[in-house]
Amino acid sequence: MNGFYPIFKRELLAYFRSPVAYVFIIIFLAANAGCTFLLGNFYNSQQASLEIFFLFHPWLYLFLIPAVGMRLWAEERRTGTGELLLTFPVRLTTTVFAKYFAAWLFIGISLLLTFPMIITVNYLGSPDNGPIITGYLGSLLMAGSFLAIASFTSALTKNQVISFILSVNICLVLVLLGWGVLSDSLNAVFPVWISDLVSQFSFTTHFDAIRRGVVDLRDLIYFVSIIVIALMLNVVVLESHKAS
Amino acid sequence: MIRVQALSKNFNNFQAVDQVSFEVQRGEVLGFLGPNGAGKSTTMKMLTCFIPPSSGTADICGFSILDNPLQVRAQIGYLPESAPSYDEMLVGEFLSFVGEIRGYSGKELQRRVSIVIEMTGLRDVKDQMIETLSKGFRQRTSLAQALIHDPPVLILDEPTDGLDPNQKHEVRTLIQNISEQRTILISTHILEEVEAVCTRAMIISAGKVVGYGTPDELMSQSLYRNSVTVSVNGADPTQLLNDFNELDFIYSVERIPEKRSGVVTMRLFPQKKKSITLPLEKYIFNQNIPIENFNVNRGRLDEVFRELTTTD
Repeated sequence: MNGFYPIFKRELLAYFRSPVAYVFIIIFLAANAGCTFLLGNFYNSQQASLEIFFLFHPWLYLFLIPAVGMRLWAEERRTGTGELLLTFPVRLTTTVFAKYFAAWLFIGISLLLTFPMIITVNYLGSPDNGPIITGYLGSLLMAGSFLAIASFTSALTKNQVISFILSVNICLVLVLLGWGVLSDSLNAVFPVWISDLVSQFSFTTHFDAIRRGVVDLRDLIYFVSIIVIALMLNVVVLESHKAS
Repeated sequence: MIRVQALSKNFNNFQAVDQVSFEVQRGEVLGFLGPNGAGKSTTMKMLTCFIPPSSGTADICGFSILDNPLQVRAQIGYLPESAPSYDEMLVGEFLSFVGEIRGYSGKELQRRVSIVIEMTGLRDVKDQMIETLSKGFRQRTSLAQALIHDPPVLILDEPTDGLDPNQKHEVRTLIQNISEQRTILISTHILEEVEAVCTRAMIISAGKVVGYGTPDELMSQSLYRNSVTVSVNGADPTQLLNDFNELDFIYSVERIPEKRSGVVTMRLFPQKKKSITLPLEKYIFNQNIPIENFNVNRGRLDEVFRELTTTD
């Protein structure tokens, strides 16, 4: 893992050196509040829980995470710094993971800044804080999975817009597979196990399980596998770019 | 130190580098010359293990680029073309970042950063954001980055590209200063640079090596090799031309347009490019010809370059 820490540190610094970080955090917090209070009617639900808050996360992440991840590799290629970075005596896998973890930590920090939600529900009522904690854990893992896909698509092109659109589409499929409407229409035609199987591939299905307070090893394995697979593909893409 | 054997690279159907072989020893500065798109950068990218070769191999300080890419990279300080660096970082910060990646920390890291800052004259801008630097300082930052681990091998892709004449001179002086004890491969299409810093030069065209030797050896291939340009004040041009033409060591004489009035300038080509300085001096002295200028041509690298790179 030689070289991991300096690359990680530089990447994280790069987020905070650019206005993008602050714009992102503000939009992230505003979108969270907007969804929870306006779309989700948080006050009228009369529930001391963050269920409504987490309900919107897959949809928010669908656009926000690719926006964070799109620059990861596309930018390095565009400016030529990739040539510098990839000729240091560091393994490619280490570099990919270092950049990824920096972006993930940045998203984690943004997520942490939603802490006033926890204070609000605890002030207004007496919520079960267990599902809140697992909800945050699940949300972070899901964000990590979105981000790994965005990192992968970012390596495919030097154009950030293309990278953004690609990852939004891949993530959209992974969100929709667990969407109730899709399951219902599948059930109308096929046996139930088909829709069950399909929804097993979805972010939403596994996130829902975790945010209800049940941390099942299978859900954790799902997210970790998505992350590892996407980042491995990321490495393969970078290798093949170099070859051609 | 650098040994390249039949290195080739093709992109789809395009042969970018074709069976290139050469060696560079310690203390040598090899100038890598060629028109744009000749394969200079591609060769350098293969040597720094950025892209794999299609065939052939190379080793650097005994490490193979195919089997030990990480060790190879550890031996090399690399300045990629157009000197990329992270715009949002401060100069000192960027150099520390590279130093950390190269495995240094604490006092040793600080020491190395300040050494390269001194070497490359970056002291005044070390707290400045790279984005705000002039092209010359950017180039130097990139060069400093390549030197931080005191590498035995330096690979510099057009280190003086886009610099003004003063900056070019500074970078060349720097390269000369660090060339002892090191193996340097430097690509350029500026020919004066080759004479200024390189101990040996290699010309490539369309991926193939078409010329190799010391700058002087390459220049000896020039038509102008050992030709002499003389300007004479107040002489009859036709008479002078005839007189010179009759000398047995002279192959041909060519008259060159002259702006000064009353002055005749001509270029004398020797037989078989041999040096004619001595016999010509003697002749001029004996004949009492009123000489204004007397210039011996070592040969013109640009002409050799054109000759070798535009054959077909």
